[in-house]
Amino acid sequence: MNFAGTWSLVRLALRRDRILLPVWLIAFALILQSAVATFTKLYDTAQERAELAASVASNPTFEALYGPLYGDSTGAFLSWRYGTTIGVFAALMSLLIAVRHTRAEEETGRLELVRAGVVGRLAPLTSSLITVYLANLVLFALTAAITAGGGLDGAGSIAFAFQITVNGVVFGTLAGLTAQITESARFASGLAGLALGGCYLLRAVGDTGGPAWLSWLSPIGWALRLRPFEENAWWVLGLFAALTAVLLTGAYSLQRRRDFGAGLVAPRPGPATARPSLRTPLALAWRLQRGLLLGWVIGFVLLGAVFGGAANGVEDIFDSNPQLMEVLERLDQGSIIDIYMTMIMGITALIVSVYSIQATLRLRAEETGLLAEPVLATGVGRVKWAAGHLAFAVIGPAVLLLTAGAAMGLVYGAAVGDVGGQLTSSLRSSAVQLPAVWVLTGLAVALFGLAPRLAALAWAALVVFVLLGQLGPILQLDQWAMDLSPFTHVPAPSASTFDAAPLLWLLALAAALTTAGLTGLRRRDIASAG
Amino acid sequence: METAISMTDVHKHFGRTHALDGLDLSVRTGEVHGFLGPNGAGKSTTIRVLLGLLRADSGKATLLGGDPWRDATSLHRRLAYVSGDVTLWPALSGGEIIDLLGRLRGGLNVKRRQELIERFELDPRKKARTYSKGNRQKVGLIAALASDVELLLLDEPTSGLDPLMEAVFQECVNEERRAGRTVLLSSHILAEVESLCDRVSIIRKGRVVETGTLAELRHLTRTSITAELTAEPGDLAALPGVHDLRTEGAHVTFEVDTSRIDGALKALTAVGVRSLTSRPPTLEELFLRHYEDELKPGPAEDGASTS
Ligand SMILES: Nc1ncnc2c1ncn2[C@@H]1O[C@H](COP(=O)(O)OP(=O)(O)O)[C@@H](O)[C@H]1O
Ligand SMILES: [Mg+2]
Repeated sequence: MNFAGTWSLVRLALRRDRILLPVWLIAFALILQSAVATFTKLYDTAQERAELAASVASNPTFEALYGPLYGDSTGAFLSWRYGTTIGVFAALMSLLIAVRHTRAEEETGRLELVRAGVVGRLAPLTSSLITVYLANLVLFALTAAITAGGGLDGAGSIAFAFQITVNGVVFGTLAGLTAQITESARFASGLAGLALGGCYLLRAVGDTGGPAWLSWLSPIGWALRLRPFEENAWWVLGLFAALTAVLLTGAYSLQRRRDFGAGLVAPRPGPATARPSLRTPLALAWRLQRGLLLGWVIGFVLLGAVFGGAANGVEDIFDSNPQLMEVLERLDQGSIIDIYMTMIMGITALIVSVYSIQATLRLRAEETGLLAEPVLATGVGRVKWAAGHLAFAVIGPAVLLLTAGAAMGLVYGAAVGDVGGQLTSSLRSSAVQLPAVWVLTGLAVALFGLAPRLAALAWAALVVFVLLGQLGPILQLDQWAMDLSPFTHVPAPSASTFDAAPLLWLLALAAALTTAGLTGLRRRDIASAG
Repeated sequence: METAISMTDVHKHFGRTHALDGLDLSVRTGEVHGFLGPNGAGKSTTIRVLLGLLRADSGKATLLGGDPWRDATSLHRRLAYVSGDVTLWPALSGGEIIDLLGRLRGGLNVKRRQELIERFELDPRKKARTYSKGNRQKVGLIAALASDVELLLLDEPTSGLDPLMEAVFQECVNEERRAGRTVLLSSHILAEVESLCDRVSIIRKGRVVETGTLAELRHLTRTSITAELTAEPGDLAALPGVHDLRTEGAHVTFEVDTSRIDGALKALTAVGVRSLTSRPPTLEELFLRHYEDELKPGPAEDGASTS
């Protein structure tokens, strides 16, 4: 019986995820709830909506980030502004869950215990996919209920719920497939994540002046083409069904073909002796973290290039519109291109923060994986051990932001024949974000050193900052609430009143948090197996 | 320096668990010291305190003349540690990890490294994620034994090793003793400690309840003997040190104090022995006999368990 025990494994997975899954789903529900409330309240007349549509159409940044806007109904706005964003996060949630219950379990050896019981060969894969699908089903029901409950059209609400969840299904299934390839869980989620990022960028290029068929190569592009509340193009769902079927077939045929614990690609033997350079905690951290950093650098070169390409159309619109030019001057944040670059880099900085937290929390993963212990039992002190990984959490974000800035400046500069000038201003707009990102690094270090069991709260802080940045202006939150986020304090780099003081404050805060964390680390117990 | 390790009245709590409850331990320089106790007794906690990974709540600990918490990094260059559940970076090969750990400690003996890899029959090219439990232990052992240090802290290091490799390990420890190194070997298997250690400390519930040479501890242990004799024996029960005697014709089973085993065997061979099995006392039996009150009956642990 290949499938024996599937349902017990589903129950086990739901039990293990009993906190993680509700947190994801509740976060999604809260965002949707407040979005529906805002869009139905703030934009309830046809005229207000027409104005919003016009301002959206005038700014290609929006098309690049969220995709095209397909109408001026409340539902169309909702779907445009949140469909892609939440859809991408639902896909992220799904791929993480899929890997967590397949390859990660196999890698740690826990699954071996399970498999030795009455559990069929295909049960672990099947049960983790069922878990992913259940999570998306709940999200589907929540989305439809919240939107329809907010007074929006029923059929449109269903289509919108599909828009948000179909990519969860697709990328969850894809992760079930990538989990078969090598022995490493990090590789499985990394590859699926890279595919997700690639599909997002493909769509961004297709939607912003690149060849439109590019969007049709990306399932994230397809989801937009459902056009909820406007057309409800149900036939697009057929594409998803077909793709999911292909991915499922792939995952199962790979699973049947391989041995337990193995991948498809047999691991190459390593060297019998270590290179002379592998002799410091930093060298070890480099071995452990370089793959992650490299993946992110590739992603950011693409991201910068895509948004640099999209910048091309921005100036034309404004040249032909003197009124907008006037508004711009009053804003005093530099040229329209400067504003565009600042906006893009603001979003990029949020994504870089994901990396900085990931790189920092590797310390905690090493500690609880009992991999800090053998190092700390040698002549290496705690701070020196931590510094090896923190080098990545501190220098990595700088590398990533400047990579994205350079790619954007080069692509746009080449297009307008002003590489030097554009490169300078795009690098400047990426560099100003760095102190705010480092505050998150510092926060993660502080949690790790002072309250290691709560280290994962660094993610919660990032989510709060993202929500403040995204929803704060729409919900018209008070300034003190907005001020909680370090990203609120990043000054516009091209304003004539540019003031570097907030950057220095952010740097000081990041340094203080890091110091506090390292001091805590020196004083506390190192986790043992218990 | 006379004592390599000395701990006096050391306490350590984990929440409500009192893992170390006034522990006293003294290990002399140059001896192989057995640290014996059932699972959960506090062996690993003691060693982690000695490594400065955990901070004792109270009490005094001295390691190689220094303070294990304050002088951790400088002391660590003079010792090597192997845990009972060696964890390795999955993407690195065994050879790389041995070199890395050795270098982080300040260098390792390349010739001895090679020799140990051969004796333990380890393939150093394999990625750590493909090693079995026993092979991971070997990586940890080779990294520790190949470095020139004064003190080895070994926390149930043989869990998962097969008997052949266990024998290699015992040879290695004997070589270390001859080289004048100090070894603290924790274990929950009495036989292992018996064959290797000069002195033994027995730990239970966070306290050391006995310390002494094996000869001094002999009175604590009994060996079970089952024999098929050629004739009915005389009155074996009268022999000193014999307990729980059962006789069915020519078939006898009894337990004998390990220090009195010679007399009992002489009595048996005087009658004539057809077959004989003897079983060394297990730690559980030892504890049941001497500290009966608090030890709850549970599934006997074997060498593969980790804690
Ligand atoms: N980090 C920890 N947190 C909570 N309890 C622990 C921790 N480490 C050990 N313990 C508890 O302390 C006691 C002693 O454990 P340990 O030193 O590992 O025993 P041993 O190594 O002798 O098997 C056990 O009851 C164990 O559950
Ligand atoms: Mg232990």
